[in-house]
Amino acid sequence: MLQRPGLSFEHMAGYTWREASAMAADVLTVKDKAAIVGLGETKYYKRGGAPVSEFRLACEAIMKAAQDAGIPVSQIDGLASYADDRNEPIRMASALGLSELHLSNIFWSGGGGGVAGAVGNAAAAVAAGYARYVCVYRALAQGQFYRFGAAPAPKSVTGNAMYTLPFGMGTAAQMIALRTRRFMHEHNVRQDALAAVAMASYHHAQFNPRAVMYGRPLTREQYDNSRWIVEPFHLYDCCMENDGAAAVIVTSAERARDMPHKPAYIMASAQGSGFRQGASVHNAPDYGTANFGTLAPRLYEMAGIKPADVDVVQSYENFTGAVVMSLVEHGFCAPEETNDFCCFENLTWPGGKLPINTSGGNLAECYVHGMELVVEAARQVRGTSTCQVRDCEISMVIAGPAVPLVSDLLLHA
Amino acid sequence: MASENRYCLPAGMPMPDPARSASFHHGFWEAARRHELAVQRCRSCATFQFGPEEICYKCHGFDLGWEQVAPRGKIYSWERIWHPSFPALKEACPYLVVLVELPHAGGVRMIGNLIGDQRRDPPIDGAVEAVFEDHDEGFTLVQWRLEK
Ligand SMILES: [Zn+2]
Repeated sequence: MLQRPGLSFEHMAGYTWREASAMAADVLTVKDKAAIVGLGETKYYKRGGAPVSEFRLACEAIMKAAQDAGIPVSQIDGLASYADDRNEPIRMASALGLSELHLSNIFWSGGGGGVAGAVGNAAAAVAAGYARYVCVYRALAQGQFYRFGAAPAPKSVTGNAMYTLPFGMGTAAQMIALRTRRFMHEHNVRQDALAAVAMASYHHAQFNPRAVMYGRPLTREQYDNSRWIVEPFHLYDCCMENDGAAAVIVTSAERARDMPHKPAYIMASAQGSGFRQGASVHNAPDYGTANFGTLAPRLYEMAGIKPADVDVVQSYENFTGAVVMSLVEHGFCAPEETNDFCCFENLTWPGGKLPINTSGGNLAECYVHGMELVVEAARQVRGTSTCQVRDCEISMVIAGPAVPLVSDLLLHA
Repeated sequence: MASENRYCLPAGMPMPDPARSASFHHGFWEAARRHELAVQRCRSCATFQFGPEEICYKCHGFDLGWEQVAPRGKIYSWERIWHPSFPALKEACPYLVVLVELPHAGGVRMIGNLIGDQRRDPPIDGAVEAVFEDHDEGFTLVQWRLEK
């Protein structure tokens, strides 16, 4: 196993996060140069439940985000997305009549690992002066298009797939279960830690009328009795499949101050991967991890804060095991403390040490490929979440996780 | 594993097609057909790498060959799959997938099925040996079983 870069924050002892953050100003970053100023979401549906097309969902989310930001849609001059979104910027820009398009950007890779990075890209573009109002959006109609979890069965396969698919191995759940099992083995992590993540998401969804699982609480018995998809993942350890779209507007910090809502300033964003994380057939050297070993220290360094400064986390749930690994790698607990830290009491609002996925997230609100997590992270900074963390100042989004390309985002009030 | 079934998984699984794959994949499948385990190895710096790639990640050489290695390894991770992702797998669930590490070949890892009781949890670090599963269609899969 590779030596994992340590998270050390001794030099910050005795400083408030604002003081420590100000001292980190010499690190070249986007810190405090951009902010999220508009939030847009469609109604969230069960898979196949959307009465309209995916493209229309994308349009609606973008229009709502612009309205929330108090700008005409036509003033959006940058479009950014991730995960091979099917609604290309040039089509969106033409269909929505944008006056000019200054940025057409996508974060490469097929998974949800790009969602925080897509916002980071938008912030960088704004800071660089490429565009004034960048809309980051994601639309998914898994009823209209294929389902992620149901891999097609080709008669034959070529390339890297030859070393996995003939063995009945290849879905996202199957790929991440192997990494999770290794992590659990290395650190003696119990199933309870995974269950806590699922139950936290369902708990928070019960306060959120937008959530697909609103009114459908999850008990530990239901979790334990639900069928295995692939051990160690029960049904409730796996994200939902849904129809919906979400979008945010990113603009400069200067403009943000005069806009209708309290800005969620972008403190830092990190994206990418560690050494050979994309090595095929599960040959990433640092394997029993969610792949944040190099990103998390970079993220904290750019922001000039430490894990204890973070008030709330939206941690992308493709599968609960990957959330647990993400929390460890972001320094919220040491690997050997995982069983104690990752419990329902700690991860839930209102009393928990670190409430996670406070809207219900991918497991219980709506699987918009994590875009709904960015919206919720900004809502926490605004103070308008249905599970509002008191005095929330710093809000984190962890995206990926345990896939070859991942990303992070830190927002502050 | 029922004795009438020569394969770990039922018919109808996707078949490897090395002939239609890039040439740097061929060595593995040719060796498997001979019941040998081969790992890609750089002729310039001797680095093992898997899955195969067109370039050596260490020295950036393009002169890569295939080295026959002992068909043994140890279980690095495992999973038991209950939800069939292909129709062909409906009757086969649950089945075991193992990630096998080859310490004597640079620690590269390979995916396969574990032969034996599918309801028993495999031991991580347990020693396994390769079992070459010949298919009539002209390819051979490398499967694994715990060493006695
Ligand atoms: Zn080399």
